[in-house]
Amino acid sequence: MKPFIYLDNAATTKTAKEVVDAMLPYFTEQFGNPSSIYSIGAAAKEAVSGARQTIARSLGAKDNEIYFTAGGSEADNWALKATAEAYAAKGRHIITSAIEHHAVLHTCQYLEKNGYEVTYVGVDENGILKVDELEAAIREDTILISVMFANNEIGTIQPIERIGEIAKEHGILFHTDAVQAYGQLPIDVDRYHIDMLSASGHKLNGPKGIGFIYIRKGVKIRSLIHGGGQERARRAGTENVPGIVGLGVAAARAVERMEEKAAKETKLRDYLIGRIEEEVPYCRLNGDRQRRLPNNVNFSFRFVEGESLLIMLDMEGICASSGSACTSGSLDPSHVLLAIGLPHEIAHGSLRLTLGEDTTREELDTVVEAVKKIVERLRAMSPLYEDFVRNGKARSQI
Amino acid sequence: MYSEKVMDHFQNPRNMGEIEDASGVGTVGNARCGDIMRIYLDIDENQIIRDVKFKTFGCGAAVATSSMATELVKGRHIKEAMQITNKAVAEALDGLPPVKMHCSLLAEEAIHAALWDYAKKHDITIEGLEKPKSDIHEGEEEEEEEY
Repeated sequence: MKPFIYLDNAATTKTAKEVVDAMLPYFTEQFGNPSSIYSIGAAAKEAVSGARQTIARSLGAKDNEIYFTAGGSEADNWALKATAEAYAAKGRHIITSAIEHHAVLHTCQYLEKNGYEVTYVGVDENGILKVDELEAAIREDTILISVMFANNEIGTIQPIERIGEIAKEHGILFHTDAVQAYGQLPIDVDRYHIDMLSASGHKLNGPKGIGFIYIRKGVKIRSLIHGGGQERARRAGTENVPGIVGLGVAAARAVERMEEKAAKETKLRDYLIGRIEEEVPYCRLNGDRQRRLPNNVNFSFRFVEGESLLIMLDMEGICASSGSACTSGSLDPSHVLLAIGLPHEIAHGSLRLTLGEDTTREELDTVVEAVKKIVERLRAMSPLYEDFVRNGKARSQI
Repeated sequence: MYSEKVMDHFQNPRNMGEIEDASGVGTVGNARCGDIMRIYLDIDENQIIRDVKFKTFGCGAAVATSSMATELVKGRHIKEAMQITNKAVAEALDGLPPVKMHCSLLAEEAIHAALWDYAKKHDITIEGLEKPKSDIHEGEEEEEEEY
């Protein structure tokens, strides 16, 4: 395989070797069903309990408040649909943000088709939720507030503690999609008044296909999958034991390294932002400068289109992503970039670079050089740039 | 996702650039959906396209279709150029992913828009040529931003 520079850690991460090593015995040796009584079944059950305990402790939660799912999207679906159903007698109004992941947004749209009302609260130009608008949106029949902990595209960290307080004051359940934040930022469910939280394994160097939802004790929630008694009968089906074990190790590892990793990544992130801002003209940093995930960099480059940029970066062995329409399969660019007020043409020219635990400064230097070269090349091809230069000249002649 | 030909035309675009005092210039698409194509034509007194250049803001397929379209019309009579359809452009590139077919349509429209400009300037009519539909200035009002 050709060497490559991986800067798409918000999409997924490399599974850590110790995670894989911990998982392997549960495929071929301790392969028993955790529901079985004999020893290899018991060993599997113990491993699942161990992982649950690790995760519960990482959030300041109790073991029996953690339910394993097949990932973040499932956890989001569960939180929204099951809450909507269980609390329908109280009301049918849900509040969320305009910049949620599609796992939340599309579930909200589904609920809207089924007799629920959803308010999508806007964000400011940096992607921070307008908390006063959220507060104003609360009604008698509001049953749930769902706001993501940190945004997957622009890395903005939301004022979760304040939102949690508001929810609590009004006696409304609070769910947060913490898929990007869990393992990167310290989270305490009591401090932030979180009632439900979704997370995913493969964003923190764990395996794909496994995640969890935290559901505070006392929250009425319907079973997601009916069947056996697994996950306190809330989510039936034989446990994904190797996945759960891997998630547990990944979570333990993430918590242990969090401070050091965040410090290292923040430094590299700001270095990358600084170099791009200094060396690439007509660019714009998307997202908040301070309230930002340690690993997220998101720029718009005027006059260029994101997919072209990605293909050219790929040819240089650099993996990144974009909010351009062409990468989403629709004609509209990213809803997040539009929500922070970017015009379409600038939203199309976005580039997201998300660092990981192995990212080095040398890699970032290579990326900056590649971005400079490619943006220049694409601008030379761009009729928008041509017009800009021409009009600029015309203006200076006047 | 893209054929080798598309990748080749994307990486090594043919006829990219501008023509000063072109016989006809056409710009189609809009920034809203992320694709803008501009075609410059240099047409001689026998109505032969002597030279053609393009500039494109858009995805890989948009760049590749612009490049291929210029190759297909270069050296042709304007009547022949009129015959080049979006399907022909896509086929010459060994096909495009279904979601990118609109890019090939844009290439056809860009050629037509440049021919329209030429016809207008020379006060002639080209058979089968209609006024270009899409225009760069449509839906562009709110796109002005300085930073």
